[in-house]
Amino acid sequence: MAKNKKEIKKFSRKPASNSISAETLKKLYETILRIRRFEEKIIEVYPVQDMKTPVHLCIGEEAIAAAVCIHLRKDDYIFSTHRSHGHSIAKGSDMKRMMAEFYGRKTGCSKGKGGSMHLCDPESGILGSTAIVGGGIPIAVGAALASFMKGTDTVSVAFFGDGAMDEGTFHESMNFASLKKLPVIFLCENNFYATNSPQSARQPHDNISKRAEGYGMPGVQVDGNDVTAVYEAAKEAVDRARAGGGPTLIECRTYRWKGHVGPDCDVEKGCRPRDEHDMWLKKCPVERTKKLLLDKKVMSEKEMKKLLDKINKEIDEAVEFGRSSSFPEPKELYEDVYYEQK
Amino acid sequence: MPWTKVYVDKSEFEKAAQLQKEGLRGLTFREALKEATSQMMEKDERVFVMGEGVDDPGGIFGSTLGLHKKFGKNRVMDLPIAENGMTGVAIGAAMAGMRPIFVHMRMDFLPMCMDQIVNHAAKWYYMTGGRTNVPLVIRSIIGKGWGSAAQHSQALQALFMHIPGLKVVMPSTPYDVKGLMVSSIEDGNPVMFIEHRWLYEQIGYVPEEIYTVPIGKGIVRRQGKDVTIVAVSNMVYEAMKAVQLLEPEGIDVEVIDPRTIKPLDEDIIIESIKKTGRLVIVDIGWKTCGVSAEIAAVASEKAFKYLRAPVKRVTLPDVPTPNSPVLEDAYYFDYKRIAGSVKEMFREK
Repeated sequence: MAKNKKEIKKFSRKPASNSISAETLKKLYETILRIRRFEEKIIEVYPVQDMKTPVHLCIGEEAIAAAVCIHLRKDDYIFSTHRSHGHSIAKGSDMKRMMAEFYGRKTGCSKGKGGSMHLCDPESGILGSTAIVGGGIPIAVGAALASFMKGTDTVSVAFFGDGAMDEGTFHESMNFASLKKLPVIFLCENNFYATNSPQSARQPHDNISKRAEGYGMPGVQVDGNDVTAVYEAAKEAVDRARAGGGPTLIECRTYRWKGHVGPDCDVEKGCRPRDEHDMWLKKCPVERTKKLLLDKKVMSEKEMKKLLDKINKEIDEAVEFGRSSSFPEPKELYEDVYYEQK
Repeated sequence: MPWTKVYVDKSEFEKAAQLQKEGLRGLTFREALKEATSQMMEKDERVFVMGEGVDDPGGIFGSTLGLHKKFGKNRVMDLPIAENGMTGVAIGAAMAGMRPIFVHMRMDFLPMCMDQIVNHAAKWYYMTGGRTNVPLVIRSIIGKGWGSAAQHSQALQALFMHIPGLKVVMPSTPYDVKGLMVSSIEDGNPVMFIEHRWLYEQIGYVPEEIYTVPIGKGIVRRQGKDVTIVAVSNMVYEAMKAVQLLEPEGIDVEVIDPRTIKPLDEDIIIESIKKTGRLVIVDIGWKTCGVSAEIAAVASEKAFKYLRAPVKRVTLPDVPTPNSPVLEDAYYFDYKRIAGSVKEMFREK
């Protein structure tokens, strides 16, 4: 709690980077807004109870996905977690197929077999997502090993939370990636809670980024709700990885507004202090990015309204697509257990 | 046919080789395994070997010996001892277009990797609706004897047999270990490739060229009409020796080597039961929920009316592996106990 207060002070009003082009800032804002509206739409439709999948919403953390994935090419890999909606959208997944997946339809990105926790879009470099905490980290390292062995310059990003820092796979992966100088970025979204357990109950020090030092790789800590800060840190890490300079650990400090799972707010359930929650709402990544763009006159209020309308329309279409698509046939239960050579 | 024959010892192979004027090439199990790996690495640059000690002077009981000199240390890669994480690395590399062979010197190390094998490798293809497959071979070796004790001797094949999405292969002959390794590499799914250490010295006919043995197809090692013995891995040899004890008693044994336990070739077992009416299952693992339990269930569900006697299982007792030679003797069994079980079956009649 006290730590998080300090956090706000430390990162308040960082001057926006001047090196980011107006075009890039627009793209970042668009992605952040798209993720926010996508998640808000889920909250809106969830009470109907026809979206039968556990949803892990990333409201409050949107800037990270946007500012990391903007540096990635289509052939770069990302590996995400149970909280993967934002990463998938930022990497270029089709929202229609995502919504269809949530509705358990055949047209879903995983043919209705994965649900919200197992999104994939191999054509966009999303080979899959795992709901086992820490499980995707070594897999991202493995994809980076493949790039290294094939001699390509693709990079991999492992998205994970502060909870995954406690898993053995994190340490095993950091060690191996550094040993082999693999093109991978360890991207920790530190939202200070693993489900409902605060970081202070799980870790002796609040020093996630410093752990990189022990593994001989660069580690940086940034304000995850400041899109420009994440953008700069991710750019440096991606450029380094692509150039063969090895891995980086980035700790993005942020906050999850909604519950670990479901559309409710944890404050209402008594899982965290209200003043802490309210403080973080003031650091809203959507509002901050919006203000930055207005201040820099990158976009006008009118243009922003137009963008919002466009995004809302896309999301409505995605929901409509999902709801109107066919369910899989029961016999499809037995398909896709084993790969068969074509 | 020379490629289906099980040679119980070297002298028999030499005899066989003499008979085959065309010249059969004899290789040990370990040489056949190494040859398969080496030839596939030459053929397909996506194939690589990873594992703790794969490039050391032991070369995983000789099965990878010297491969690093031929292919370099990137393709025959020594690893940190981080079984679960490195399994994840292998899975990620496989998804991203490589064909890793991850080698574990002991099967006992696989429980360290259960999260990545069970939660990730086995389910990824299904979870992604068939969009991302995991072409991964995980080799592991079962030990036995000399006080290997509880953590260096386990035969855990049944754990993996339980998991949809995995294939589980247990070759017994040099011919099969090569052909099944080629099939496993080419399969496109996560394949658990399980070797008993006592098989490495077995000699048999192995063609020089690359060939495949199909995953999921068992083989009749010996035809007989009175009783079917289904024997797994090195128990195939023990079963063949038991045949020699049973023949003088007038018991004509059919020996089946499933070669793959998942998918299991149920048809070959059922067909044999139809002929013999009796089934004895010999596994190198424990009894409860083991391979033998599954095969017995298949027999009960699909061939009950052909059974003339209750199914018998010859397995390890449900206790951890001990150290003392006296206790080891009580724990392990050989062809004599197999023969004894078969005789008992006929006496009980």
